[in-house]
Amino acid sequence: MKIYLKFSTALLLFAASPFILTSFHINLLTEILIFGIFALSLNVIVGYTGLVSLGHAAFFGAGAYTAGIIAQNISANLLFTLGGAVLLSVILACIIGLFCLKVSGFYFLMLTLAFSQMVYSFVYQSTGWTGGSNGLSGIPNPILFGWELSNTVWVFYVVASLFLVVYAILGIITESPFGKVLVGIKENEKRLKSMGYHTNIYKYAAFVISGIFGGVAGALYTYFNGFIAPSDIYWTMSGTVLIMVLIGGAGTMLGPVLGAALIVLLETIVSTYTNMWMMILGAVFIIFVIFFPSGIYGISKDIFKGIQNHTVRPKVKNISNEKVS
Amino acid sequence: MYRTLENNQSTTLEVDKIDILIAQMVNGLSYGMLLFVITCGLALVFGILGVLNLAHGSLYMIGGYVGYSVTATYTQSFWLALLTAPLVVAFIALIMERTLLHYTYKLGHLSQVLLTLGVAYVFHDIAKIIWGTNVLSIRVPESLAGSVSIAGQLFPLYRLVIIAVGIVIAVGIWWVQNKTRWGAIIRAGLSDREMIGALGVNISLVFTSVFVLGGILAGFGGVVAAPILGLYPDMEFQTLILALVVLVIGGLGSIAGTFTASILVGVLETFGRYLVPELSMFLVFTLMAIILVWRPNGLLGKQVAEG
Repeated sequence: MKIYLKFSTALLLFAASPFILTSFHINLLTEILIFGIFALSLNVIVGYTGLVSLGHAAFFGAGAYTAGIIAQNISANLLFTLGGAVLLSVILACIIGLFCLKVSGFYFLMLTLAFSQMVYSFVYQSTGWTGGSNGLSGIPNPILFGWELSNTVWVFYVVASLFLVVYAILGIITESPFGKVLVGIKENEKRLKSMGYHTNIYKYAAFVISGIFGGVAGALYTYFNGFIAPSDIYWTMSGTVLIMVLIGGAGTMLGPVLGAALIVLLETIVSTYTNMWMMILGAVFIIFVIFFPSGIYGISKDIFKGIQNHTVRPKVKNISNEKVS
Repeated sequence: MYRTLENNQSTTLEVDKIDILIAQMVNGLSYGMLLFVITCGLALVFGILGVLNLAHGSLYMIGGYVGYSVTATYTQSFWLALLTAPLVVAFIALIMERTLLHYTYKLGHLSQVLLTLGVAYVFHDIAKIIWGTNVLSIRVPESLAGSVSIAGQLFPLYRLVIIAVGIVIAVGIWWVQNKTRWGAIIRAGLSDREMIGALGVNISLVFTSVFVLGGILAGFGGVVAAPILGLYPDMEFQTLILALVVLVIGGLGSIAGTFTASILVGVLETFGRYLVPELSMFLVFTLMAIILVWRPNGLLGKQVAEG
């Protein structure tokens, strides 16, 4: 019951926020929710399965560009663009996963990075489709059931409702026996194998799921921004989303969303003062890696639990202690 | 992918196809050697410390920029730049290892990788503050600027020198690794770090020295590569990604593997850029994918991919 209560509270808050907040804050919230979905999708493989990917921007970019190209050339119907984005992300995740999941640890990180750069160079060089370095501009507003979502508030409602859907789906997946197997892979893959689980299939499924929702986030970003640049698919994007997940708290549901919120807010605040955003981001990240490896979620949990429970470390700790070699 | 800034290429109109191929081969080989110098430091650090140093590209970039500052403003001597830049980078690497990495060894390897990612972000903006965003380059020294004629064909001397330097470094590292006590420690560290610590080797000192050595190689590579590849923002990430590809193709723990993979990638990239410009990066990644399917541990690597 408690979970339904939380869910309906969130639903009500989202529904009410356009009446309370200014349009600037609505835009900010929309961006946070989009990156929240993106971070949540990466969290499936990084936080739960223990495979650190530095190439998640490939799916974001695939989703964003597919939605943009379909909207420009075929139809701006939201169901079409979102469906196309999901379809292409699935195909891409199936192909990339086939290669990347042959390895683990650092090799996985390097391979995902290489593949996302491959997607990037494809997007950058096929100027006829994607506009190359100029990006894709003039994307028409999405249309849902014949209704053009021209207003930031409508886009916000679409993003917010999809966010709740994605959050619920991923929450169910990670709580299911399937999700438990993924955590088991993170903790001790050999043991799981010896128990008779085909861990490769589970990892592959997790990778594809992660790719799908990465694509969804990309498509939403297109609706929100109306413009896509190749930098949205560059590896710094993969780095940023990985930072969001780890700062927030990998392996938790709320953590990545908190991380996304922190990073988006920080970027908005910092960019009014300086354009040295990467330096600030890097420094914040270094501080989190050294001093708060369990992320924002871990810290707040520690504070909530009080001092006597300090010996019980939150489970997000495990990811940093895991042996990767 | 790279902007070639050099003007003295011998590919004029009157030379026929074979000559162009030979010239491209020299370009490819010299490019491969550059990749080798850069990747070798990355591979050493990865092998001994277990740290995948994502800031290695940044060290390379700082080497190039420091070299530029030395040649452009102070003495205009390329040779002095070649001496100063690796030292400066080595110093930065030393600070980085002692202050940041040193305290994260207990946190596990993943934290260290993420730490170097953060460091790479910070270095990116620092370089932007100091050196701006324009494309810069280092002038080739007078004594190496011309071309030499071999069997009736002109070759840019600087590229030939790079090939020679790459071979010397490869042989040097091979010699150190196989014939000296230091090399024995490094090889032992590659296979079992805890054991050599137990045998009385100061592992902390080994870690620091190897990391600094990686920095020296990166800085050296930065200066040597600058006249050919140029200096521009984002250069470090492009180089880093190519170096990672070389590392994956070559396999860990083998200088020969890194050497072979560097040449393979260098030649393939150069010819790809010449023959099918729009697919050049694709070729390299396709090669990597094929090799990984065929040999998951890299061309000459040991059993490391399964972890």
